[in-house]
Amino acid sequence: MAGPDELGRPGVPFPLPMSCDNLVQIDNLQFDYGGKPVLQGINMRIPRGKVVAIMGGSGCGKTTLLRCIGGQLRPSAGQVRVDGAVVNEMSQAQIYALRRRMGMLFQFGALFTDLSVFDNVAFPLREHTDLPEDLVRDLVLMKLQAVGLRGARDLMPNSLSGGMARRVALARAVALDPALIMYDEPFTGLDPISLGVIGQLIRRLNDALGATSIMVTHDIQESLLIVDYIYFISGGRVVAEGTPEEIRHSTDPFVHQFVQAEADGPVPFHMPAPPFAQELMGGARG
Amino acid sequence: MSRTTLDLWVGFFVALGIAALLFLALKVGSFTGVHMDQTYQLQAKFDNIGGLKARGPVKSAGVVVGRVSDIRFDPETYEAVVSLSIDARYTFPKDTFASIYTSGLLGDQYVGLEPGGDERKLAAGDTIFKTQSAVVLEKLVSQFLFNKAAEGQDPK
Amino acid sequence: MADLLEPLCRLGSQVVERIWRLGYASRFFVAVLLNSGAALRRYPLTLREIWFSGVLSLIIILVSGLFVGLVLGMQGYEILQRYGSAEQLGTMVALSLLRELGPVVAALLFASRAGSAITAEIGLMKATEQLKAMDMMAVDPVARVVVPRFWGGVISMPLLAAMFSSMGIFGGWLIGVVVIGVDDGSFWSQMQSAVDFRYDVWNGILKSLVFGVAVSLIAVFEGYDSAPTAEGVSRAITRTVVTSALAILALDFVLTSFMFRGTS
Repeated sequence: MAGPDELGRPGVPFPLPMSCDNLVQIDNLQFDYGGKPVLQGINMRIPRGKVVAIMGGSGCGKTTLLRCIGGQLRPSAGQVRVDGAVVNEMSQAQIYALRRRMGMLFQFGALFTDLSVFDNVAFPLREHTDLPEDLVRDLVLMKLQAVGLRGARDLMPNSLSGGMARRVALARAVALDPALIMYDEPFTGLDPISLGVIGQLIRRLNDALGATSIMVTHDIQESLLIVDYIYFISGGRVVAEGTPEEIRHSTDPFVHQFVQAEADGPVPFHMPAPPFAQELMGGARG
Repeated sequence: MSRTTLDLWVGFFVALGIAALLFLALKVGSFTGVHMDQTYQLQAKFDNIGGLKARGPVKSAGVVVGRVSDIRFDPETYEAVVSLSIDARYTFPKDTFASIYTSGLLGDQYVGLEPGGDERKLAAGDTIFKTQSAVVLEKLVSQFLFNKAAEGQDPK
Repeated sequence: MADLLEPLCRLGSQVVERIWRLGYASRFFVAVLLNSGAALRRYPLTLREIWFSGVLSLIIILVSGLFVGLVLGMQGYEILQRYGSAEQLGTMVALSLLRELGPVVAALLFASRAGSAITAEIGLMKATEQLKAMDMMAVDPVARVVVPRFWGGVISMPLLAAMFSSMGIFGGWLIGVVVIGVDDGSFWSQMQSAVDFRYDVWNGILKSLVFGVAVSLIAVFEGYDSAPTAEGVSRAITRTVVTSALAILALDFVLTSFMFRGTS
């Protein structure tokens, strides 16, 4: 159906007027899960061509936010605009059309276990284009070359290490040269070398493809090296934001705690509970 | 697994399945129900049909020529009205005799047709008037006993 | 009072839960059917699933069919020769296989061999976010993953049941004719005169087709609906086997009462 032009040319990913220079714009986003508020009024701007990190502790709603941008979850209130169009008002067909211009790297790669490395990367090409098989082959090898795994094309995903699987998944995510690449915890469970490799790849691919990247992570040190801008989320709200330089020198107690990895601070060590002594006494009485 | 091996296996599988279906259709089952799609209807009235059932065979000279398509009770004459689907290839004279027989001693019951000598043939929708009811075993036995008893008493 | 109401509430919520799930399964079935056209045009995917659920079940189906036939031959002969009608052995073996044992046992084996594998596969794809990844690549997982597996199962089931019955009749023949010495000619001719194609063979095929739809649907639904954890997948597999077995036997009762009523 789609010809080669829909693959998205680097540099001119969108034929839209360049008046809106924010590819993704989030206004007052709220999301409830089973009556419990997860996101409560998020505002964010993701400029074109930048790599933006969304950081926060585990379970603070980072991944939910990513799902809302990708249209997999519908927010309870607020708006998510991608390239000027409101995602949460789209039909399923429109969302699918939008997603063809998005790539997403899942936490553990989410490679298709029944397909080889080559077929995994070829999957989006074969599903969305009618390209001849030899052209698909060339494109797949190019993507695999970019992540340094051309030699692994015939392996099955279960024989790959965690870092390699992540790189193959990255090659698959950029197979259609997307305008927006989203990363869900790209650094989880990687050794320091693989972690550095993935970090460099995220930056390099973003610049080479002229894409925009959103990265959800809690790995502050690696992120400070590669991203252009950082949002901190806690309790469903944006609590701090800034460039890596600003973040490093921030005096904000939350950012300080996060960057220095301190156990207690604005993010409390204890779950909210009645006073300890009182509960112990109560237990004795019961 | 390469595509061609997979295709080969699936082809083999489907061929085997179809072979099994053909085996069941041709060797195990008979197409009696299917190749008699050209049939005509006759009716026959019996005083007693015994254990005759719908779909039971209709035979003439031992050859299956049709099926019992329907059995009804006529509330006016108190008779059983049996509809017969007869293979369109066969016709029978007007004075054909229809009886209900049992295959073997305890087997299924079937309708036997014995052709008479009439020139005119039975047409679709006709009724066979000359019929003989099923032999009911209990009646036979009691008749036999009654006769025996009568024989025993006579010489006295 | 509250103690009395408590079990009642639990019963109520259980019933509501079941009905909700049934409704969800029906909607899922409709979605599978709606997506079938486009997905079946890409037949290599379905071909792969026929290989998966059909070809890989071949051995267990053929071997079980043979053994069921051997047992039927022995038991049938033992019973029939009491009435001096051992030549009816072919009829008995063929009718019990074609009408009941073939479709039902083949479907039960299919549910535990292929159905559980389908559930496990889809469940694991869900647990490892493969389905979500596919969805994010603008590929509908129902059309790409579920539909080929569903149709692969639906196509395989009647073929497997036919093979099972054929193999069983062969087993009955082996015992009856080759081992015991029932007359070969009367074995086949009695069978042929008693077995009607439309009534016995066709109804049996129809049964296995219905079972194929039921088992395949249960398998793909349980996989798609499983909780995305290792424990959730294993529970989904158990549910597939149990629900399939119950569905097969219940449907068999309903179908039998419609198909083989009144006449002999």
